[in-house]
Amino acid sequence: MAELKFTKTHEWVKYTEDGKAKVGLTEYAQQQLGDLVFINLPEEGDCVTVEDTFCDVESVKAVSDVYSPLTGTIARVNEDLLDAPELINEHPYEAWIAEIEDITETAEFLSEDEYETFIKSEA
Amino acid sequence: MRLIVESGQKNRSCTLLPELSVPEYRMEASLLRGQELHLPEVSETEISRHYTALAGRVHGVNNGFYPLGSCTMKYNPKINDEIAAMEGFSNIHPLQPEYTAEGCLEVLKEAEEILTEITGMDAMTFQPAAGAHGEFTGLLLMHAYHTARKDSGRTKILVPDSAHGTNPASAAMVGYTIINIPSTEHGLVDLTALKAALGNDTAGLMLTNPNTLGLFDTNILEITRLVHEAGGLNYYDGANLNAVIGRARPGDMGFDIVHLNLHKTFSTPHGGGGPGSGPVGCKKNLANYLPGNRVARDGENHYLLQQEESVGRVKMFEGNFLIVLRALTYLLTLGKEGMADISGNAVLNANYMMKRLEDTFEVAYPGVCMHEFVLTLEKLKEETGVSALDMAKGIQEYGIHPPTMYFPNIVHEALMLEPTETESKETIDRAVDIMLQLYDKAQNEPERLKEAPINQPVRRLDEVTAARKPILKHSDEEHCETCVE
Repeated sequence: MAELKFTKTHEWVKYTEDGKAKVGLTEYAQQQLGDLVFINLPEEGDCVTVEDTFCDVESVKAVSDVYSPLTGTIARVNEDLLDAPELINEHPYEAWIAEIEDITETAEFLSEDEYETFIKSEA
Repeated sequence: MRLIVESGQKNRSCTLLPELSVPEYRMEASLLRGQELHLPEVSETEISRHYTALAGRVHGVNNGFYPLGSCTMKYNPKINDEIAAMEGFSNIHPLQPEYTAEGCLEVLKEAEEILTEITGMDAMTFQPAAGAHGEFTGLLLMHAYHTARKDSGRTKILVPDSAHGTNPASAAMVGYTIINIPSTEHGLVDLTALKAALGNDTAGLMLTNPNTLGLFDTNILEITRLVHEAGGLNYYDGANLNAVIGRARPGDMGFDIVHLNLHKTFSTPHGGGGPGSGPVGCKKNLANYLPGNRVARDGENHYLLQQEESVGRVKMFEGNFLIVLRALTYLLTLGKEGMADISGNAVLNANYMMKRLEDTFEVAYPGVCMHEFVLTLEKLKEETGVSALDMAKGIQEYGIHPPTMYFPNIVHEALMLEPTETESKETIDRAVDIMLQLYDKAQNEPERLKEAPINQPVRRLDEVTAARKPILKHSDEEHCETCVE
């Protein structure tokens, strides 16, 4: 988990070797959302901006926005999630939502420890 | 329970048709379906038993208390149906000549006059068939207004975070971008955030007052003034009108457009297919954009008026006419003098219920509420594991419809209660006693609440699988697995 960076809006970021980064939702986020039943993915080639909505997820309770932790372009999306949004509930740190390239800006990242402390202070 | 298509026998029916006395007409084969249509083939006895059994499995306001917050599930007086069943109203056709439907046009005109007076508007359409349909229509008016002024840069609608989910959805349907305005710690619109969001790209604001937390926004005049100063219009979501009817008017609060839910505030059927009715009222300067025909009066006669600048029809003919008639019956039964009693008793009942619960349950925004209030079960869930959902399911076992759960979104583990004015003190006391007992049960036997409901036609439905793998049509091959017995 050391290679993961976290945001205050409960996304994780994992840089890959070629300068791209995968983005997903944290364990805490999936717990709060509950069982996900639908995901609205961005499209490849979409430009995304830090802290803007780039995806939404739907649970039985509500629809929630997912904020982009990076400014860049969507290189790939994880289409497996379309049929099985529950992958985010089951393995939040493997179920990446999108891979972003041409990154020009990042959100204020937290380390794992900082994120844990942040969650506790939120509760 | 079996579905109706699974009942009966082949070739069974309710009617014996007389022998054919005209030449039989056969359509050409290319126009016919290849596959036989699977229709129910049942006797009248079977139909009667089927629907009686279905009726026994539902809970309506005629069965018991229905404190579903934000929905105003008030009793629907029987006189409404009696009037709507009168032949002159029920045996008309929307395409018959206007002069033969004078009474019906008068109903629409009179309903418009009374409801515009109640809301402080100048004109109203009865076309929209539901609240969200009304929102969509109201926003079309807003769009038409800005377009007519060649003010096309107004692309944003401001919506507070306590709003009904339909508000941002309707705005998106009209093509607007939605800007979320946060609430203050007191649950009201954050004026600083509102000012920051306003600009020459603001098309308007959508607001419910009192809001979904059951709080009346005391800054309302300033809010609507700020939006007007920025060049936007104010839209009033009338879902919570029951709290202020007869006492305060959206028009006087600075709103330009209003929708009403006749199926909430005006005692027409809500849920179960209704049908609903979401009339939209507006100020004079927007009246020309209203959809469909307007009813105009010429002395004692009425006629339908087509408007050139109309945004176009949003529904066939004059909307759900017999529902408008029921609402008019309700209005005339209570009279002008009775209007303030609706809101007075609705607010009194909600406050009485909240006061009795507040020493045990945590009220999300303590103080005086309007027609509804929101509890948060966050602490109870932490302590006992019993969630708002478990509590709602526990309440069901006592023949009470559960309160609204997990709404508004800004309150965690929310239960939202709206008793309405049509419930007696005894009914409210009984519901409160049950909720207090359930709170004890949550402390002592939380596992029992996790099992609830045990005495209802169904236990807990698998909402997750229903959403992930929905079965959207009946299939003969599959019905054995899918029917719930």
